[in-house]
Amino acid sequence: MDAAQLRPGAEARIEARFRVAYPGFTLEVDLDLPGRGVTALFGPSGSGKTSLLRAIAGLDRHRQGYVRVNGALWQDEVRFVPPHRRAIGYVFQEANLFAHLDVAANLRFGWQRIPPSERRIAFEEAVELLGLAPLLTRLPARLSGGERQRVAIARALLTSPRLLLLDEPLASLDRKRKAEILPYLAQVKRTLDLPMLYVSHAPEEVGRFADHLVLLEGGRVRASGPLQETLARLDLPLASDEEAAVVIEGTVVDYDPAYALLAVKFAGGTLLVPHRQEPPGTAIRLQVRARDVSLALTEHADTSLLNRVPAVVQEVRVLDAAHALVRLQVGPTPLLARITRRSAEALGVRPTTSLWAQIKAVAVLS
Amino acid sequence: MTLTAEDWQAIRLTLALATTTTALLLVLATPLAWWLARTRSPWKGPVAALVALPLVLPPTVLGFYLLVLLGPAGPVGKLTQALGLGILPFTFSGLVVASVLASLPFAVQPLQQAFAALGEAPLEAAATLRAGPWDRFIHVVLPLARSGFLTAAVLSFAHTIGEFGVVLMMGGNIPGRTKVVSVQIYDHVQAFAYPQAHALAAVMLGLSFAVLLVLYGRGTASAGR
Repeated sequence: MDAAQLRPGAEARIEARFRVAYPGFTLEVDLDLPGRGVTALFGPSGSGKTSLLRAIAGLDRHRQGYVRVNGALWQDEVRFVPPHRRAIGYVFQEANLFAHLDVAANLRFGWQRIPPSERRIAFEEAVELLGLAPLLTRLPARLSGGERQRVAIARALLTSPRLLLLDEPLASLDRKRKAEILPYLAQVKRTLDLPMLYVSHAPEEVGRFADHLVLLEGGRVRASGPLQETLARLDLPLASDEEAAVVIEGTVVDYDPAYALLAVKFAGGTLLVPHRQEPPGTAIRLQVRARDVSLALTEHADTSLLNRVPAVVQEVRVLDAAHALVRLQVGPTPLLARITRRSAEALGVRPTTSLWAQIKAVAVLS
Repeated sequence: MTLTAEDWQAIRLTLALATTTTALLLVLATPLAWWLARTRSPWKGPVAALVALPLVLPPTVLGFYLLVLLGPAGPVGKLTQALGLGILPFTFSGLVVASVLASLPFAVQPLQQAFAALGEAPLEAAATLRAGPWDRFIHVVLPLARSGFLTAAVLSFAHTIGEFGVVLMMGGNIPGRTKVVSVQIYDHVQAFAYPQAHALAAVMLGLSFAVLLVLYGRGTASAGR
């Protein structure tokens, strides 16, 4: 009923509208999201992220709601498809494995409830993707937190969902366990063409996975747009954060083994990044923090900074008495610079000013 | 000291009563306990109190009301007569009805606790894995609440074996039809047949202990695993 209803040529969209009054706050959203890639639902705790995800899954039933996912209508004023009839995969904050079943039986739970003709991922493929082969006969009580969450992700994938919903899947894990799961999630994203809604309040997870960003605040959508654009919007609280950063999508073009530097070409220029070798053509995602970008009116060759790119100022916003935030455009790619107000005035930084952005550090996200 | 034919009859009747009662209770108590564990209805309190009444009421009070209700002049008695079922007091069926009510809290409360301890989480996980409501109950709730079911069954069985007051009020003392072991022992004592009473009482003691051992012995066995 899902793919069949999507007319050829129709654009894949995820539409969700809800108006729900909770004690203390109202969830009021009207979202029209791309039907492919990873959309991050980002916001502080209490902003309604989890409520929204549960509503989309049908776990909470609300009278005023509309959900349509890539052509399949799941909810409107008259119709409500219960969660077990929605082609979703759901990964909860706590893994929620069935304590009475071993890992293999947990994985098979959803898989065996799908008609074989609708299965788009093989049991072995999910086991391989999440590295579960050595754990198959264990009971959930004998798994670590990270292992449990990997099983939960594989279990959800094995229902061949049309939409994968992840509710802060890493929130209950410590730093080490998080680092252990992140590569698996990245692998899932790379391997499967599966739209995901990813609830998170951790900017690093968002920067790493998301293609589209929805910013929630007090039950409302503050912003919704492509990740790169939205991260660089000066009117949003994201940009004024100490850790504010932009994400740059690029392609590996060269590697200099003598200095272990990777040359990454992006729309607007090339950046050199200390990194291990990657084959040319590899898609790579870079992160540049606003506080690691400084500005100069002329190109300085006599500096230790490797990366200098010509940029045009688009917008300047005063953060506090000491700091200002500058939104730059490097070709079509947005960049943020956090500088002192005094420097901004001394350099005469205002919209349309052309200058050089000097980048102190570039991090490789994935 | 050996058991008489009448003693054996009482033992058979008691086991039949306890088995029937336990089976019926598991069927009746499961939906009731499920509802109590999950409802937010204002009726939850009154219903829970009603279910718990047999724990505190003197069995004679429960037996007396049942006798009145189910007797020839009682509303339920009139109904059973109209349906051609006759009247229940002083029959085996009457004993079953009385035992089910007397042991209701022993079945409902462990099940309710087991269901409440389960929480929403595994059910929601099952729903997102394409399991419908019955599927969830059979493949998630039943296995996860199995110790609750075992407790409910053992306590219902043991409590029915040990019931005296309600049975005496409702069933009286008809050998082979309503005379259970506890009543038989009482009769032996009334007749000063102490050795007979001893023999039967020892059987009851052993049986009750064995039944409860199923429940409590299991805890240590699994803890040692």
